[in-house]
Amino acid sequence: MNEQITHMAGQVTAGKMTRREFMGKAAALGVSAAMASTMFADAARAAGPKKGGDLKFGLQGGESTNSLDPATYASSVPFQNGKQFGDQLVEVAPDGSIEPRLAESVEGSADAKVWTFKLRQGVEFHNGKTMTSEDVLKTMQRHSNEDSKSGALGIMKGIESMKADGDNFQVTLTEANADLPYLMADYHLIIQPDGGMDNPGAGIGTGPYKLEVDEPGVRHLFTKNENHWNSDFGNFDSVEVVVINDATARTAALQSGQVHAINRVEPKVADLLGRAPNLTVHSTAGRGHYVFIMHCDTAPFDNNELRTALKYAINRTELVDKVLRGYGSIGNDMPINAAYPLFDSTIEQREFSIEKAAEHYKKSGHDGSPIILRVADGAFPGAVDAAALFQQTAAQAGIPLEIKREPNDGYWSEVWNVQPFCASYWGGRPVQDQMYSTAYLSTADWNDTRFKVQAFDDLLFAARAELDVEKRKGIYSQMGRMVRDEGGLICPMFNDFVEGISNQLEGWESDPTQEMMNGNVSRKMWFA
Amino acid sequence: MHPIIKLVSQRLALGLLLLFGASALIFGLTEALPGDAAQAVLGQSATPEALANLREEMGLNRPALTRYFEWLGGIVQGDLGQSLTNKLDIAESIGKRLGNTLFLACAAAVVSVPLAIFLGLLAVRYRNRWPDKLISAITLTTVSIPEFLIGYVVIYYVSVKLGWFSSLAMINDSMSFGQKLNAIALPAFVLTLVVLAQMMRMTRAAILNLMQSAYIETAELKGLSNFQVIARHAFPNAISPIVNVVMLNLAYLVVGVVVVEVVFVYPGMGQYLVDSVTKRDVPVVLACGVVFAAVYIGLNMVADIVSILANPRLRHPK
Repeated sequence: MNEQITHMAGQVTAGKMTRREFMGKAAALGVSAAMASTMFADAARAAGPKKGGDLKFGLQGGESTNSLDPATYASSVPFQNGKQFGDQLVEVAPDGSIEPRLAESVEGSADAKVWTFKLRQGVEFHNGKTMTSEDVLKTMQRHSNEDSKSGALGIMKGIESMKADGDNFQVTLTEANADLPYLMADYHLIIQPDGGMDNPGAGIGTGPYKLEVDEPGVRHLFTKNENHWNSDFGNFDSVEVVVINDATARTAALQSGQVHAINRVEPKVADLLGRAPNLTVHSTAGRGHYVFIMHCDTAPFDNNELRTALKYAINRTELVDKVLRGYGSIGNDMPINAAYPLFDSTIEQREFSIEKAAEHYKKSGHDGSPIILRVADGAFPGAVDAAALFQQTAAQAGIPLEIKREPNDGYWSEVWNVQPFCASYWGGRPVQDQMYSTAYLSTADWNDTRFKVQAFDDLLFAARAELDVEKRKGIYSQMGRMVRDEGGLICPMFNDFVEGISNQLEGWESDPTQEMMNGNVSRKMWFA
Repeated sequence: MHPIIKLVSQRLALGLLLLFGASALIFGLTEALPGDAAQAVLGQSATPEALANLREEMGLNRPALTRYFEWLGGIVQGDLGQSLTNKLDIAESIGKRLGNTLFLACAAAVVSVPLAIFLGLLAVRYRNRWPDKLISAITLTTVSIPEFLIGYVVIYYVSVKLGWFSSLAMINDSMSFGQKLNAIALPAFVLTLVVLAQMMRMTRAAILNLMQSAYIETAELKGLSNFQVIARHAFPNAISPIVNVVMLNLAYLVVGVVVVEVVFVYPGMGQYLVDSVTKRDVPVVLACGVVFAAVYIGLNMVADIVSILANPRLRHPK
């Protein structure tokens, strides 16, 4: 039997046998379906990527109000669209290193203040123009100039000057930052002809697929760009992104084979869905986290004893089990987990403890009036349930939490970053520096916990300028402990990306940066 | 002037006035919602600078009244303007989506209206016997189940298990008419189930009401068959209430199907409106609102006119 299977695997590898045939014959040989499926996957993987076929995504997170302008990207469908038609200078690889894209190489000066990107030559935009360093410069200017409304504006702040110099693009920073290449990997920073100054929403880039149809909130169709600079990227003839915001409709579309990949599989159906024979549910640990945030400068949360009491009063394991149904991991009241480079795994995990919560609560001298926690379902999936569980465990420690339910509509403008205690989520960033600079630096716009500690800021700047990896790791460890012990963040859990992928597709790899292999499904996977 | 032409022109003028009122109301209400388009677009990633820049670009810094009358000035000239959020031409986007919505509504209406009336007549013919009870039981059940649930059940059995029809009712210009009909089969079926009961029950009630009349007795005594009596003598006099409820349901098929659109991923007006309200895209909300109001007003007008035409006493007032 073994010989025969090996022979069949060879056939598959040579492209002479389809999945259906293989499964049928394997079954006839008495091999279980699951086993045969694995064998087929191995054989097909050995064969390497095959070209052709029409890939269809069914994705949540698209609205009729979406634009193709990369500066406006804030949800899954626009993010995915950008990955089809565009390229950044660099990309964060699944292992957390920096991978060249439109830049062939990146070099930093010894003081990490001047960064030079050597640009790939002969790269063509979809409109036939050749990419120059001017295009790169203008793109970056559009995302960072004074009248920018870009989602990347925050990360472009530390830039003092930029210049296009022949084949090179050079960035000079006001302060040293060893992580600058990671900032340039941001998905908003797609290089556009003339920087997209004239027509930002045209959907013209250098990516492996060209825009054919743009119907916001309905579907986006892309066809293969034969002139892409890397012929390894993009194995499909066409890619269609179909907006399916309803979770049940999304799973049904995957099950009935009308789409090949769906995002945001609901944790409560993930186990059941995974039993379907024609698809696989992938759960990828990411950097996104579901949180409750307290303003460190507003009473009663300006009292660290109270903050600590609340941190001890939350049952993390229960939340991961009940809210995430196990598709996630527990958090440690800091925004960093093992998915980050330079993570210090020796920082002690904070455990659920009624006694310690009660003890700290007593020390805080809180008057016993109800502590109002604002929450909406839109804060994160299951936020209202999570708050209710939190309320129960806090009550055991004698801490009176009062849940105030807010409407989803307007939550991010009226409640988050406005009210002193509410539910929220963070998508995570590729590196620790970026996460801390975005939300924990005293002067950060999105410092949603009002964590303003000079010593912390000093450490952050020191880490940026520190090129010695071990020393940086030490600094980040210190910073993590500070946020954990003094910050306003209650981080009970990190959520996984839970995605359903058809078994017709091969080449999946876990990528913690963003969902759907960081938007690389259409570049790296192929039809078996 | 012929009384009917006079009536129609009166109604049209009144309709326009109503549309104007509706647009003012919609504008006022969207303004009253917390936040604006700039905040909604930037969401959690809003920085004060980005907000200010975006507001400036969208023209949200100007007073509300100025913006409303600018919009009104545009629409009078037939210009619906541009979406605030994605800068696409509203008339073009709405045109496509309205076309889709009407297509689905028509398909559902073509099936459901004749079916409902026929079932209503049948129920009268066999009143209080098992066919009547069966028809009522089935239609009342389907109307009582939430439409998303019917949608899910239909998707599960017909699409996932049997694989007969696609659960994604996506249609586009490159499809033939037959392909389009095939694509919308499931949502049209669900909508039919949803609107059937009311029309059927109304037909039944209106005709039963007439069955007590003397002229029906005459017709029966003439020896006409039971069904002929109902279809030829009772039905024409019951048209007025039936048309009213049919128009009401047609209006529902156009403006109220957002849930079915979401479940079947159908690119109609409903989802477009909901997205635009969420993002506070006021010009689009106004345009959608006006289109919906026009559909309602128009269909009601048709119902009134048909009632008059169907009634000789109203047709020839003394």
